[in-house]
Amino acid sequence: MEETLLDIDMQEKEEYIINMGPQHPSTHGVLRFETCLQGEKVKYLIPHCGYIHRGIEKMCEHLTYPQIIHLTDRMDYLSAHINNEAVALCIENAMQVEVSDRVKYIRTIFAELTRIASHQLWWCAFGMDLGALTTFFYGLRDREKILDIFEETTGSRLTQSFNTPGGLMSDIHPNFQKRIKEFITYFRKKLPEYDQLLTGNIIFRERTKGIGMMTKEMAIDYGVTGPSGRGSGFHCDIRKIAPYSAYPFIKFNEITLTEGDTYSRYLVRIAEMWESLNILEQLVDNIPQGSTMLELKVIKAPKGEFYQRVETARGELGVYIVSDGGPSPARIKFRTPNFSNLFVINKLAAGHKIADLVAISGSLDLVIPDIDR
Amino acid sequence: MYDFTALIGSITNLLNETFSPFWAGLIMMVSLGVALLLFYAVLGLYLVYAERKICARMQNRMGPNRVGPLGIFQTIADLIKLLLKELIYIKNADNFLFNIAPFIVIVASIMAIGSIPFAKGLQAIDLNIGVLYILAISSMGVIGILLAGWASNSKYSVIGAMRSGAQVISYELSVGLALLCIITYAGSMQFSEIIASQQDGWWLFKGHIPAFIAFVIYLISGTAETNRGPFDLAEAESELTAGFHTEYSGIKFAFFFLAEYMNMFIIAAIATTMFLGGWLPFHLFQWHGFNRVMDFIPPVFWFFGKTAFIIYVMMWFKWTFPRLRIDQLLALEWKYLLPINLMNLILIAFLTLMQWHF
Amino acid sequence: MAFLKTIKEVGHYFYEIYDGAASLVRGMKVTGSYFVRPSSIVTQQYPENRATLKMFDSFKGELMLIHDENNKHSCNVCNTCARKCPNGSIEIIYKKVEGADGRSKKILDKYIHHLETCSFCGLCVPSCDELALKFDQKFELAVFDRSKLTKVLNKPGSSSKAMKE
Ligand code: SF4
Ligand code: SF4
Repeated sequence: MEETLLDIDMQEKEEYIINMGPQHPSTHGVLRFETCLQGEKVKYLIPHCGYIHRGIEKMCEHLTYPQIIHLTDRMDYLSAHINNEAVALCIENAMQVEVSDRVKYIRTIFAELTRIASHQLWWCAFGMDLGALTTFFYGLRDREKILDIFEETTGSRLTQSFNTPGGLMSDIHPNFQKRIKEFITYFRKKLPEYDQLLTGNIIFRERTKGIGMMTKEMAIDYGVTGPSGRGSGFHCDIRKIAPYSAYPFIKFNEITLTEGDTYSRYLVRIAEMWESLNILEQLVDNIPQGSTMLELKVIKAPKGEFYQRVETARGELGVYIVSDGGPSPARIKFRTPNFSNLFVINKLAAGHKIADLVAISGSLDLVIPDIDR
Repeated sequence: MYDFTALIGSITNLLNETFSPFWAGLIMMVSLGVALLLFYAVLGLYLVYAERKICARMQNRMGPNRVGPLGIFQTIADLIKLLLKELIYIKNADNFLFNIAPFIVIVASIMAIGSIPFAKGLQAIDLNIGVLYILAISSMGVIGILLAGWASNSKYSVIGAMRSGAQVISYELSVGLALLCIITYAGSMQFSEIIASQQDGWWLFKGHIPAFIAFVIYLISGTAETNRGPFDLAEAESELTAGFHTEYSGIKFAFFFLAEYMNMFIIAAIATTMFLGGWLPFHLFQWHGFNRVMDFIPPVFWFFGKTAFIIYVMMWFKWTFPRLRIDQLLALEWKYLLPINLMNLILIAFLTLMQWHF
Repeated sequence: MAFLKTIKEVGHYFYEIYDGAASLVRGMKVTGSYFVRPSSIVTQQYPENRATLKMFDSFKGELMLIHDENNKHSCNVCNTCARKCPNGSIEIIYKKVEGADGRSKKILDKYIHHLETCSFCGLCVPSCDELALKFDQKFELAVFDRSKLTKVLNKPGSSSKAMKE
């Protein structure tokens, strides 16, 4: 049985233990931090996960490959498209088929839009964690524009299920490119506002600088990837290391900072939004012609083991499929970024104030359903 | 022109002539109390409404717009909802203290309102130590907060209450010192005399830069005293869910909520009285025509206009800034505000001594 | 030297105050500028704008069996959509009838869509070779009773186009 702090410590040491979560405004979901406090200081904390475990990996064993896609939307719902893409790519690799360039471009555009939307939501939630309530509305306001683009083409705003092994569910809407160009100009104007409101703010800087220091070694030890890892100087951008889809065709920078504190993790994400806008600009006018769907008779992975990793908005997502040659996987495993990113929090938060714990968990950008799956 | 002294005096006389002194006093007290309570409730509700509208506009929203035209009855509907809600009884709470805490908070703010001059003569009581009285009374509220946090027997609440205690005790100092600057200028602690001393110009303008510094410090520490953002650590919802009032429900919660807004009003009203000339109209040098027009606007409007402006600024703070951390909050007070304030006070004492203010 | 250092530190102290205050003012400028511009309001007033609120063509709302003006749909009970659905949300009940050529034929009795388990993945619509299905643009799907979410998609009295021939 799992030992909790409550069992061992309460009676003996009379420590002040509070539960942050599973229903708590700062955990953004059903995650529970069992936090041991000394005054305002966090002595140590134990994260408890599993409150939203749905057994997605087990469920996948009974579904055909195209059917799996829609479940991956529900892991990291803010990177829904990128999760879809990971599974689709893995199956395509297994079947040794190659999708057309058009599909690759559209997938990448969607992925970058998803990344911006996810970072926008993170930005506004992070501001709210720190008590700046207005950020929440500005972030969501701008995110709506992206969701509209999604909805026009895919029919859904959040869980798009737009990918399928062998291509896309449908072609893009005629307005697609126009809307993206509008969005790029619009968001280029709005991003500096984010800086004025939060990045430059003295209170914000004081709250985040030097808080939750994560060294590069720690990031590697715990497998912290994505912007959180890159804030510590860990070069872990899968788009650079193992380019997939249209990333080999374009020029972009991997954003890394070396400080490793909450502020640098914040800056990485802001810079990634700028970078994603650049990527979109390169792609949006150059979508090649071609079909959006391969004619695949049956979708079956050959016998064997297959692995595909992609860069979601939160880090490295790995899809590991063990196939016995049938129409559904024998076993599937998702290496989700949030699960690895979560457990470093004890190291980061210990010794800081309880308010910093909120800032740190915000800067790791946790999406709870992705942890539990 | 708009002098309430005569009106109030005649009412007092009438009462004194018709009733025995005891009854006259009683009637006066009761009517005054009822008037203040009504004023308190209505103002509190509309401050909540104003805040919701203002923050909505800042956030690209419309704010309440369903109950009544432009949603003006929204907060009244909310109050009715809160009245009808169940008062949750907490098993291991210290019931007596738990129940009494909201009343302490609200009584402290009602009592403070009594000495605020709304217009000439329109003041429940004009104490000769009015400023001291307000400072003393408004700091009583923290006892309610501490009790609420302690008695609810909840860990979040205790942390919130402790934060609030540390915060209010520190910032009390700055509020007091900032007001002391003006007291030094004006040479009195009586509100009516402080206002009278601003007949020829508000202290904010004729007090040179030190008065301006005192004003800014007063605004910052006043916001901190009311436990409002960015100093809302006591109820920091992302850390402590709701801080000291986590366990309160229904009307008891509404009391805390109302008291917060009324404290904001009190802080703004004192700022108006001390720095912005209270109910005095705005005069510009020797422009008699302009000044006459300004005189025409009743003092009550001047008072509420200035107060509303300061309240707006405080709301603006809240809806823009992230929250401070407890150690930063205390560092701000003890490392920045307090030393600056003390230097400022010495400067002002010197200026007053040399008669260098206008 | 020590004196210079002190001067520098004092200067730094005041610079910090100035810098901090300036950053706060910048932030207040953003919120303040929105406050004075009511045109920047982005929210929509939902029940009021119901008439003008249009979903995109591709919006995935409720599943629909397409009926033409003669109350005919084109489902030939091949069951592909039900098999493709990951959640088993589609249930097809058919009758066997004697066709004109004497062979028994399946005709649709009830096309049941369990909206409560549907995850709007969109696999069913393109899977139908007869193009019998589409997504409705209706978005107000909430109901008070779960049983109301089990929908029969073929309209009463409708028949299949294939039957006529
Ligand atoms: S709706 Fe289409 S796929 Fe489904 S049973 Fe009918 S014909 Fe077949
Ligand atoms: S949208 Fe997906 S879940 Fe819903 S009925 Fe169609 S296939 Fe099933």
